[in-house]
Amino acid sequence: MHLSKHSEYKTLAEIKVGHRVIVVRLLVEGLTRRRLLDLGLLPGTEVVAVMKSPLGDPTAYDIRGTVLALRSEDASKIVVKSLSS
Amino acid sequence: MNIRRKNRDYHQERHEDLERGHDYLVALAGNPNTGKSTVFNGLTGLRQHVGNWPGKTVARAEGSFRYMDKRYKLIDLPGTYSLLATATDEEIARNFLLFNNPDVVVVVVDSTAPERNLNLVLQVLEISNNVVICLNLVDEAARKGLQVNVKQLSIDLGVPVVPTVANVGKGLNNLVKAIAGVASGKIVTSPHHFVLRTKIREVLDEVVPQVEKVTGDLPNIRWITMRLLEGDTRIHQTLDTGELASLVGTNQGASVTKEPTKDELKELFDRMKAAAALIQKSLYDYIVSSIYADAEAIASKSVIKVEALKNDLDSKIDRIVTSRFMGFPIMIVLLMAVFWITIEGANVPSQFLAKGLFWLEDQLSMLFRWFGAPQWLEGLVVHGTYRSLAWVVSVMLPPMAIFFPLFTFLEDLGYLPRIAFNIDRFFKWAGTDGKQTLTMCMGFGCNAAGVTSCRSINSPRERLIAILTNNFVPCNGRWPTLILMATIFVAAAFPPAVSSLTASFTLVAITLMGIAITFVISAMLSRTLLKGESSFFVLEMPSYRRPQFSRILYTSLIDRTIKILYRAIVWAAPAGALIWVMGNVHIGGETLMTHAAGVLSPVGLLIGLDGIILVAYIIAIPANEIIIPTIIMGYMGTSMMTEFQSTAELHALFVAQGFTLVTAICLMLFSVLHYPCATTTHTIWKETRSAKWTILSNLIPLVAAVLVCFGVAQSLRTLGFS
Repeated sequence: MHLSKHSEYKTLAEIKVGHRVIVVRLLVEGLTRRRLLDLGLLPGTEVVAVMKSPLGDPTAYDIRGTVLALRSEDASKIVVKSLSS
Repeated sequence: MNIRRKNRDYHQERHEDLERGHDYLVALAGNPNTGKSTVFNGLTGLRQHVGNWPGKTVARAEGSFRYMDKRYKLIDLPGTYSLLATATDEEIARNFLLFNNPDVVVVVVDSTAPERNLNLVLQVLEISNNVVICLNLVDEAARKGLQVNVKQLSIDLGVPVVPTVANVGKGLNNLVKAIAGVASGKIVTSPHHFVLRTKIREVLDEVVPQVEKVTGDLPNIRWITMRLLEGDTRIHQTLDTGELASLVGTNQGASVTKEPTKDELKELFDRMKAAAALIQKSLYDYIVSSIYADAEAIASKSVIKVEALKNDLDSKIDRIVTSRFMGFPIMIVLLMAVFWITIEGANVPSQFLAKGLFWLEDQLSMLFRWFGAPQWLEGLVVHGTYRSLAWVVSVMLPPMAIFFPLFTFLEDLGYLPRIAFNIDRFFKWAGTDGKQTLTMCMGFGCNAAGVTSCRSINSPRERLIAILTNNFVPCNGRWPTLILMATIFVAAAFPPAVSSLTASFTLVAITLMGIAITFVISAMLSRTLLKGESSFFVLEMPSYRRPQFSRILYTSLIDRTIKILYRAIVWAAPAGALIWVMGNVHIGGETLMTHAAGVLSPVGLLIGLDGIILVAYIIAIPANEIIIPTIIMGYMGTSMMTEFQSTAELHALFVAQGFTLVTAICLMLFSVLHYPCATTTHTIWKETRSAKWTILSNLIPLVAAVLVCFGVAQSLRTLGFS
């Protein structure tokens, strides 16, 4: 996927607090992918960035009614599409 | 062979469980943070026992309860998001469901996050028939504007669903009734099996009959086939050994069971490989997305979002406690408050206990004399062993009995994950898991407990780092040393009214230093001995919950305080005897203590301490609490540890021995940094089963302590401090 060509695609690490997005694709394989899937982070899932740590990382997201914090390294492996605006 | 033996173990275990007077075996499953342990406590009360899963460092809680003349044994499975066995916890939970054949499986569900919880429920329904859903936290869900149609959910899942608010005991009676109904067969379940997406369904339709040909008719054949397709080695083995046929077949009412032949198996596995190759890469995706699609459909039918509540208190609090300007100040103020309440509150009861226990010592002494016991025996038993016990109890019990309830309060409230959230960036820099924050918080109470809590960290590398550095958080046992130094050398310069405030401020400063050292050493380990990047890390931020008074008391007093105190007593007793010997056996007119101090004195002075302090640190390896009394004994040259003195007297005694502000600072630094106590070292050995890491867990802090103390002492002296 060429992210640069489709400006509406971003990674989860790039979205601002308060933004609502939809998961498009997971750019990771193996154990991490399984863990993300188990938590309900599947293509088509709605995610809202809820808050950022005072030190800028990690960020907490509302995923299917649970607030989960992810580090930017892990969040950057999740491609999302904007829903708000 | 090994597997066959294991197979028998499982059978044996179930057999033993039921032989000890239990009629039914009940397993408790659920996601983490669903209130599962609250349900467990609510059902079993105090009739419970916590041990380990065989061969694993994962806690296993079991308990029992009675209902209508039947006795039920309840096993608390590890909290997991899934049963697809990617982590030890999941493997344990899954193997128990599959091989121990519980009569009933209770799945505790967090009503506020129905989809994610249904993910686990649907997986359990795939493995077990006799399932009861405990729909917990319905009050919280209502507050979030979610209304659950229990009847609809029960129809859709095909098993009983019982709404509960476990922390106030609501609904637990109905839960027990449902468990009894399912166990006795009065309630017949027809578990819903999730709908598979087309592509994988086609493959399974083809493969399932082939597996069935080999294993016979199994109730969870579809699940087993999916596991085989994914290359699950454990399930593979069970087929190889016939364990599956014998277990699942006989106990879940299958009609045909047989042991497969070698050829049959080989043919099957070859076919599986071919089938798996078609979908291998995305098999897991297919399964999980099928489950979630099903979960969404079920949730949308039975969970009604009444209204998004505008006043979301949770996010309001979160915005404050994790804000850029308030986040860190709030943490530090809370830390200081916990220290201050503990120090202030422990003062009077400590003195009271000491008075009582030392009064008892006098009575013991009289008793010994009345029997005409020799003086050395009285000294060894009463003035050595008993006195150190008395000291440990009076110094340790009150602060622990205050600290642990406060800590458990913050834990139950849900504040600790917020601390982890705030400071995670340091751990990321150190290349470790952010849950290390939680293990450090635990370490404030007791490092041995902190080391045990490192189990929550999945990556073995990151878990080991957390274990090796837990010691840099000063535990309760070291507080007395820190408090005394802070009081008589730092706070003495301030008016008495603020002395305990100054003492807790000093404690916070020294603690922050310990935390900084934790980051540095963790980062160093990540770049040298335990090289690696931090692995995937997710931190769940549960809703704030009103802590339950009774649970706090139970967890903090019985589970934490009493257990830790008991261990401290066991270790302090022999140390007390040793101290007495050191202070009373003379060689060439001097006690052993004096001799030893003379030898260690040059090293001690170099790092800002003295010979006596180092001797005390060697003698007090079993229990850090007796450092101060041992030092006092060494200074006074008396033959026994001394009782509480007034602080002014103590100050004079210390100064007369050449004790300065530099000594006090170095002693505090040494106290925070030096090697862990014997209990903690023993725990590290139990958790790691490695001589190398156990030795390093002592060596790393010792080197850090010597280097830091040396550096600080030399620079302070260069700057003109004496």
